[in-house]
Amino acid sequence: MIAAPDAPLPTPDAAAVPAVELRGIVKRFPGVVANDGVDFDLRVGEIHALLGENGAGKSTLMNVLDGLYRPDAGEIRVLGRAVEFRSPRDAIAAGLGMVHQHFALVPTQTVTENVLLGLARPRLRLDLRHFDEEVADLARRHGLAVDPRARVWQLSVGEQQRVEILKMLYRGARILILDEPTAVLAPQEAADLFRTLRAMVAGGSSVVFISHKLGEVGQIADRVTVMRRGRVTAAGVATRTTTPAGLARLMVGREVVEAIERSPFAPGPVVLRLRDVAAESDRGLPALRGVSLEVRAGEILGVAGVAGNGQSELAQVMTGLRRCTAGSIVVDGGEVGNRAPREAIGRRVAHVPEDRTGVGTAPDLSVADNLIMKSYREPPVARRWSIDRGAVRRFANRLREAYAIAAPSVETEARLLSGGNLQRLILAREIASEPRLMVAVQPTRGLDVGAIATVHRLLLDQRAAGAATLLISEDLDEILALADRVAVIYEGRIVGLFDAAAADVATIGLLMTGGSATPAAAPGDAGRSVP
Amino acid sequence: MTAGVPAGSPARAGRSLPWTVRLERRLEVPRWLPFATTLGAVAVALLLSGLVLWVAGGDPIAIFGHILRSSFGSLGVLSDTLVKATPLILTGLACALAFRMRLWNIGAEGQFLMGAWGASAIVLFPVVPDGTPAIVTIPLMMAAGMAAGALYGAIPGVLRAVRGVNEIIVTLMLNYVAALWIAFWVFGPWSEGGFQLSRAFPPEAWLPRLSDAADVVPALSGLTVHLGLAFGLVAAVLVHFLLFRSRRGYEIRLIGDSPRAARYAGVNVARTTVIVFAMSGALAGLAGMSEVAGVVHRLQQAISPGYGFTAIIVAYIAKLHPYGVVVAAIAFGALILAGREIQPSGIPAMIQGIILFSLIASEALLRYRIRVVRRVA
Repeated sequence: MIAAPDAPLPTPDAAAVPAVELRGIVKRFPGVVANDGVDFDLRVGEIHALLGENGAGKSTLMNVLDGLYRPDAGEIRVLGRAVEFRSPRDAIAAGLGMVHQHFALVPTQTVTENVLLGLARPRLRLDLRHFDEEVADLARRHGLAVDPRARVWQLSVGEQQRVEILKMLYRGARILILDEPTAVLAPQEAADLFRTLRAMVAGGSSVVFISHKLGEVGQIADRVTVMRRGRVTAAGVATRTTTPAGLARLMVGREVVEAIERSPFAPGPVVLRLRDVAAESDRGLPALRGVSLEVRAGEILGVAGVAGNGQSELAQVMTGLRRCTAGSIVVDGGEVGNRAPREAIGRRVAHVPEDRTGVGTAPDLSVADNLIMKSYREPPVARRWSIDRGAVRRFANRLREAYAIAAPSVETEARLLSGGNLQRLILAREIASEPRLMVAVQPTRGLDVGAIATVHRLLLDQRAAGAATLLISEDLDEILALADRVAVIYEGRIVGLFDAAAADVATIGLLMTGGSATPAAAPGDAGRSVP
Repeated sequence: MTAGVPAGSPARAGRSLPWTVRLERRLEVPRWLPFATTLGAVAVALLLSGLVLWVAGGDPIAIFGHILRSSFGSLGVLSDTLVKATPLILTGLACALAFRMRLWNIGAEGQFLMGAWGASAIVLFPVVPDGTPAIVTIPLMMAAGMAAGALYGAIPGVLRAVRGVNEIIVTLMLNYVAALWIAFWVFGPWSEGGFQLSRAFPPEAWLPRLSDAADVVPALSGLTVHLGLAFGLVAAVLVHFLLFRSRRGYEIRLIGDSPRAARYAGVNVARTTVIVFAMSGALAGLAGMSEVAGVVHRLQQAISPGYGFTAIIVAYIAKLHPYGVVVAAIAFGALILAGREIQPSGIPAMIQGIILFSLIASEALLRYRIRVVRRVA
């Protein structure tokens, strides 16, 4: 979907001093060796992908390089000089800047103010106009379109990322580390980012690109280093010589089966019926503008769309977490719209929320306490108004084993689990409630290949068990692989509804980005159900 | 801009020490660590207090020894310590319960006073005539004290639940209102002969004391420990059960950790807010009842030397654990008692303050580990 770089890849000069050299890096955390003697080198003028599953040690390695962590052993050289950074400030002084997955921006301040934050200049008088021009000029030169006077909260996630990159460039970074930069981006924004990165390396900068997406590594990187369980499994391989399947094998240590087995489509009665549902976003703007949908038992309806087109709000109105301003939401004949969340829970609506750590789990409570979030009101966990600790432990241990949640015990605090394990915990809990309707939002975002396969299998098992599933995802491949029907959402409206088997990726992509559809998939067809 | 600065060897490195101290974020907190840091913080606080005493010309060891003797040295003073600890246990539990849900109830003092007023009302209005047997009077006073505290606690609860009003401000301000409310009654309707205190309660409204049994067991004579201590201990067990063994307690802990997750789990956060505030107020109210019925035996202005505020420290030291509250309350009861013996009497208050500061500072150790790192030249 993303245009391949049109120019041939520049050939890096291997004889030159490498931009970065890491030798024998060891970093231990309690109970794990995150980096176990890792070597890595980044040439000047290349984009080097660091590929690996969640928890493989990629971010740790780069945090060591950036001065955020101290290595327990090993040597770091930047442009041939041995360095020992004590903080990211030291790193940026050496021309090395890192853009993290979670941005460090002040939402109420302007782009320029954020760029200047923490610098010695300007000192007393804040002559922002002068700096606005400087930032605008820097942005223009690097193709990072962003208005210097805009306030950060007004920016999209993609624009915010550009501000983070600008911050680093303004501080003179010639070596840029990007930690999973595309995880938060829409495809079009990712393409823009790739173009910027290409231009930057053409100008002599060097980029480390952390990722766990096989496809984009091939598109953007010159070379790739693959990590698995704290070790390097492939060091600096030219991406032209690799295949996605080969990289996947190096990454997970086993062949990944791409195709998903699925039982034949046998839809039952309608479980979920939305009629002209409207709702507002947190900022009071219209987020849903008359959504009508039906989902049947045994069916997965995929909702495709670029982030921020009303998907989050859609999931929230169905689970009672957001008020709707119009319309009705009926589950199994009962209204759940504008009711307390318990109403939806009582009608066995399961919800795999977008925000795993803020909504889906209580981080400081134990795994067991997190697993009973939906079942603590009923036996066997509840004994009238008390909670049977023994039953909780049995229940939690059963789920921990059945869903392979890797935790030392069910008394472990949930915040210590990795992303994939946290998602297993949430799915275990939601599936244990034997849902009639499963609302899954971005269920695999940020997960590694192995965990994604688990999540997909669990969702398909639910489908086979007769649950209705509403799968909201920005990953079109995921939707096409799992869904029976695909609804496309754009600016709070369903702009297209397709049979997944007959869906045309190009048409869906066009609708997702606000393009007009072919007559066959006009918005008027939104309510049409598929046999 | 500054791409050429040699990293890792800033100019000042040559002049500074060959090592630096760094704070690193802890990924995991071992189970024993909270206990260790609490004990360590108290030890450091005692050392610091000792230092201040020594600088002031005192002999810290002798003074600490005196504090220990004057609060635990004999059965008599131990009993006095427990009397001081009783209201602290109940108000400490009130704070711990609310704090578990991250409801910052700074109003235990006011709820304490309202509880004392409610209990007094039973005999001063009077709701029951003098001479009503204790078996009727005492439970009525308990119920009235708890109800008054609960209603008073429910005010910030409702405001918070319905309109999102900051409960810290409301509870803090309501403390003054409660103090003035008491003043109104003891200066006016309930004043005895124009003095700012009520008439003494009839003996049926007194909580039984250990010394009441001195006829049978002579060793108990003079021991002032009253039934309120039992209220405190039973309340600690009940609060523990509530928090860790009940559905409501699970909801409280869930909301305390993540209100959004609680809403997602179907918990009615607004209702729980009101209920927890009311329960917290009821505990503080019971403390007020136990103080007027067990110690003062009348209503007057000076019935609390700030129990409701000390309770915040007690709850904090106890790490919001109900049984920890009992231990911390006894320790603070001892300090209050020692205040009578140590001159100037501000010394125990200073020690309390230093303990609180050390504890707050020690929280950092739970989140960060300190590493001494050698510089590389």
